[in-house]
Amino acid sequence: MTLATNMRRYWIFYVMMAPGVLFLIFNNYIPMLGTVIAFKNVNYADGIINSPWVWFDNFKYLFKTSDAWIITRNTLLYNISFIILNMIVPVAFAIMLNEMKNKLMAKFHQAVIFLAYFLSMVVVSYLVYGFLHDTHGFVNTSIMKWLGLEPLQWYFETKIWPFLLPIINTWKNVGYYTVLYLAAIIGIDDEYYEAATIDGASKWQQIKSVTIPLLMPTIIVLTLLQIGRVFYADFGLFFQVPRESGPLFPVTNVIDTYVYRTFIAMGDIGLSSAAGLYQSLVGFILVFLSNWFVRRVDKDSALF
Amino acid sequence: MQTEMSKSGSNPFNAISPTANTIINIGFMLYTIACLLPILLIVMVSLSNEQDVLTKGYSFIPNQIDFTAYKFLFTDWQQILRSYGVTIFVTIAGTILSLIIMALYAYPISRTDFPHRKFFTFFIFFTMLFNGGLVPWYLVYVNMLNLRDNIWALVLPLLVSAFFVLVIRTFFQSTIPVAILEAAKIDGASEMLIFFRIVTPLSLPVLATVALFSTVNYWNDWFLSLVFITDDKTLSIQYLMYKMLLNIQFLASNSNAASAIAAAGGQVSFPNETVRMAMAIMGIGPIVFAYPFFQKYFVKGLTVGAVKG
Repeated sequence: MTLATNMRRYWIFYVMMAPGVLFLIFNNYIPMLGTVIAFKNVNYADGIINSPWVWFDNFKYLFKTSDAWIITRNTLLYNISFIILNMIVPVAFAIMLNEMKNKLMAKFHQAVIFLAYFLSMVVVSYLVYGFLHDTHGFVNTSIMKWLGLEPLQWYFETKIWPFLLPIINTWKNVGYYTVLYLAAIIGIDDEYYEAATIDGASKWQQIKSVTIPLLMPTIIVLTLLQIGRVFYADFGLFFQVPRESGPLFPVTNVIDTYVYRTFIAMGDIGLSSAAGLYQSLVGFILVFLSNWFVRRVDKDSALF
Repeated sequence: MQTEMSKSGSNPFNAISPTANTIINIGFMLYTIACLLPILLIVMVSLSNEQDVLTKGYSFIPNQIDFTAYKFLFTDWQQILRSYGVTIFVTIAGTILSLIIMALYAYPISRTDFPHRKFFTFFIFFTMLFNGGLVPWYLVYVNMLNLRDNIWALVLPLLVSAFFVLVIRTFFQSTIPVAILEAAKIDGASEMLIFFRIVTPLSLPVLATVALFSTVNYWNDWFLSLVFITDDKTLSIQYLMYKMLLNIQFLASNSNAASAIAAAGGQVSFPNETVRMAMAIMGIGPIVFAYPFFQKYFVKGLTVGAVKG
């Protein structure tokens, strides 16, 4: 088919896609080309296009600072802990909800667990603040008193946040993954359980040798999809919940917050775009690798 | 899943023991309460007396119920109303526009006879793999499109999600029989007519799911305000909440009530703590009230496999 007949026959398709194409060009493709500013020393006198090339100077500078190591470590370690918790807790929740005798209660619990998923991170930061504020917060004014402990400056204590953030993240996302795993469990054919009961398998044995093995493809796919994004942090969680408390930066600064702060707060375009490109490139490789694994497990679930 | 919650549990001979059932029940009960307590704490603080909060701290049981915080908020109703206006406009305009744009993009790439289908699928798919990062993206919106402090800066960046476009495309491909499309074409229907009269009505489940996600995304968004909004005119509810949590004086310094008191030389201090929590309730309220109604559609949307690439 020649281009001309193509256009005559399908011109309306191009019209339909035009708004989307326009959006993608401005929102995605021009910024992709714009990553070249990471190799420039942008100054407003010359303008972005005419600013001088400095090639890898921004990257050299970035990796000389201790920040590069801290933000990479934080991003990876937090995401790995999130991925593990997002696997274990929702699977356990889904199995238990599925076994509950009172189905109405099970539905009620599922609904409440899912609620956190729909709260914005600003709201989450309020909820945490209500508990952790140093002079009014419920933990310091009530719980610590009952336990006979001294009040703590929660927003200054670096030791606590590596435990607190995974808990908050799990609390927020467990509902979403529970829904997905529960759907997969319900999709398991009854016959497996019937056969298992005839063989005299206890409930525990059924969970171990029927439910979990049959859930494995779903678990692997959902986990690999998260691993593909292990280099991208949840900006809201790390920006809103610690309330930008400076003393906490060593344990709350991740690549995304670093990029934001060096750019918006410090105005350092070169350093910020270098960090951004570093994230995009490593992220790209990781998505590729994880997708390659997804394809090997379940072709239909692969992104590409 | 709404009708049959469980399969293994549906067989009475294969149910878990009553003890295990009780333990699971109590466990979930405790967890559910733990999920709701933080919200309850905010509600209770917003209904407390400022002086009690300052002396006793945030408490689940206020000494007395006090609506002062809400009274202060409502004397400043212009700001709240304005912020709700911004959020509602952004949510409605954004959801409608994004649904139309995404469905219009998804339809051609769902048609196997469209010769450039592969190219345009890759064109949108690639944006999921690689992105330019914050700085160039920001410069496009601010320097090229001049959208700083413009309400459209809160709408445009969230219009198209590559993931949802691919979800819609898969739905079109798997549920709409090609025979129907061909029959309509033989009857002389144009592609536009086919799209609006046949394809969209048959795809309501997936379109509704995507619209719900998009509504929640727009309603909850504060990031775009953080990046693009520098004046105080275009504050969405979420961003107003964010500013109040960060800076206790934000509403106090902008409030009519406070300035009236100051002008009269009064000594009444602004009830910061309780007003802040009352503000949070204004932001949380709509989601929590609407939640029982939309929750089951999300569960349905996720479980029919509609939201899966």
